[in-house]
Amino acid sequence: MFLSSLDFKSGADFGYNYGISAKHMSLPSREIVISPKTFGVIDLAEIIRFRELFYIFSWRDIKVRYKQTLLGVIWVIFQPLVTTLIFTVFFGNLAKIPSGDMPYPLFVLTGLVFWNYFSNSVTHAANSMVENESIIKKVYFPKIILPLSSLLTGFIDFLINLSLLFLFAIATGHIPNLKILYLLPFSLLVTVFSSAGLGLFLASINVKYRDVRYILPFFIQILLFISPVIYPLSILSPSHKIYMAFNPMSGAVEAARGIFSGTPPDFSLMIVSAFSSLLILFTGFIYFSKTERFFADIV
Amino acid sequence: MKPIIEIAKLSKKYRYGVSEPYYSLRDSLSNWITRPVKALLSSRKSGKGEFWALKDISFNVKKGEIIGIIGRNGAGKTTLLKVLSRITPPTEGKAVLRGRVASLLEVGTGFHPELTGRENIFLNGAILGMSRVEVRKKFDEIVEFAEIERFLDTPVKRYSSGMHMRLAFAVAAHLEAEILLIDEVLSVGDTAFQQKSLGKMENISRSGRTILFVSHNLGMVKKLCQKGIIIKGGYSSKLTAVDKLINRYQQSGQAFSASIRLDRHNLEFMNFRVNGISIKDEPEVYPENALEITAEYKGSGNKSYDLCLSFALRKKEDYTLMYYSHNHLENIRHMTGKKGNISLRFHLPHISPGKYTLEIQIWLDGHLSADGFELGDIVVASSPAFASNQSFAKFPAHLLIASQWRIS
Repeated sequence: MFLSSLDFKSGADFGYNYGISAKHMSLPSREIVISPKTFGVIDLAEIIRFRELFYIFSWRDIKVRYKQTLLGVIWVIFQPLVTTLIFTVFFGNLAKIPSGDMPYPLFVLTGLVFWNYFSNSVTHAANSMVENESIIKKVYFPKIILPLSSLLTGFIDFLINLSLLFLFAIATGHIPNLKILYLLPFSLLVTVFSSAGLGLFLASINVKYRDVRYILPFFIQILLFISPVIYPLSILSPSHKIYMAFNPMSGAVEAARGIFSGTPPDFSLMIVSAFSSLLILFTGFIYFSKTERFFADIV
Repeated sequence: MKPIIEIAKLSKKYRYGVSEPYYSLRDSLSNWITRPVKALLSSRKSGKGEFWALKDISFNVKKGEIIGIIGRNGAGKTTLLKVLSRITPPTEGKAVLRGRVASLLEVGTGFHPELTGRENIFLNGAILGMSRVEVRKKFDEIVEFAEIERFLDTPVKRYSSGMHMRLAFAVAAHLEAEILLIDEVLSVGDTAFQQKSLGKMENISRSGRTILFVSHNLGMVKKLCQKGIIIKGGYSSKLTAVDKLINRYQQSGQAFSASIRLDRHNLEFMNFRVNGISIKDEPEVYPENALEITAEYKGSGNKSYDLCLSFALRKKEDYTLMYYSHNHLENIRHMTGKKGNISLRFHLPHISPGKYTLEIQIWLDGHLSADGFELGDIVVASSPAFASNQSFAKFPAHLLIASQWRIS
């Protein structure tokens, strides 16, 4: 028997319909409708239903990363500390890059903590689809969970590094200014939004174009140089500064430094960066939702 | 009561080009530049290069029914399950599934070699759609079923392929879902574990769950399912009682595969012969004689596999399994991208005469890559040692043992 369109409530065309169970007590409460239209819409309720998978993927990545490592979690702080040391010697002491009213090591470590979270998240999110190809092809789940769980994985490292940063600041006598501690969530959100957006976008094109994998490290490195991580924005003329703000990491890094120096960056800089990060998030999300339906066919 | 699964005119179109999945940005750019030129030179129709992996599939399944889906490799069986489990979208048509769906397209999806057995149970369970609470509740049962208690905290990469498979199947078998979509994953592990798995499947089926079951293994379909469909070239038959279905499938002559292509592994097995006679010509063999099965393989690419083959003889009338050769010690190691021959020799015991179907299973690196492919029929002649077939005809015996009598 063919189904006529009368058999369906029009509302059931997308995802799930919870309304059926009252009429048919013996039937389970969930109804899944599969049609060409069903796909391509990311359903928030669906993501929440699969939230455990979100943790599980992060948990897996963290577990796997530290299996068979000698130093284990120490690796997390090893990288920013060594980078800070090298940057301080070469950029701070030899090249004499100015660092405002804070010492160069604290200046560059603040930048690196946020930058590393950004670059790790983007890299892992971008590769998440390809790396989990076998799962995508064999099991259904909202695919957006994979790149987003990369952000959660990186968040653990970020928290450890952030504590290290605060310890370092306090130890060197730069007590964080509690009045402007609101800059911390600002920096964090801008970092999360922009890495999520960029990660989603790259994850999606990585499925189709394998070049992404090769371009990515190069791309991230270029981004580092156009972000004020090893230099302050103040070395640029005010008219150029605002262009830099379109790179949301400019706002994130400068704002984070404000916590220790006591002076928040220009309000305009923060607004432009915030707006830019939201735009990146939105673009990445839309592009991902438009393309995810065919991932299993082409990955 | 509404059927638990309603499928109406479900169709899925693929493009041929998609079979080569890795695009590079360079190809895309050069395509983009040359496309207008190509378009001028040749007026290709847009419909070209496309095929329907599924076309107008329609059937309804009632709650508690177990539906077998049979058909040759590439007929569209797996595509159907993928569409129904929402892994890939249909191009046309609609399906409604009323209940929680769990699909099992592969055993051990997402298993991570670095993680321990215990960790993988939680990971795999979550990927298959179980909650942590559910996994914890079933944990002991899963471990017991998989028989891996002692290795629970060992990384899975140190497991034997048998243990790996058992654990993977055990997790899957404890899924709680109203609708199960299963793609030939049953015959894992050794024979004893296969029996156990089959028993578990029968239990699941009796528990009122609805199952769509894809298999090449007609014996298993017959054992588990009441009804089924045949899929051929993307089209499906009507839902039919399973005995009738299997008869029709065999009569259509479509049941036998001339060669087995494992596209994902770039491997092809072909030219199966029994004592030098092509399997297509229904070779006749004699009990108590040596029997040699040979095949050729061709590989492209340079990957090598740990290959394990097993052959089975199944009685044509009732699907009794009569002979089964499977031994991990017989593994042929490191079969690389080249041509070669494989042969298996054994002594055919005195089994009852008649027609038998020769089946093959192929394992690559411990993963079941082809299950229960029917290669063709073999005629087991009546033995000269026994004057006639009388003894087999009168008693429903399958095996005669030569014995000596003495009167003193």
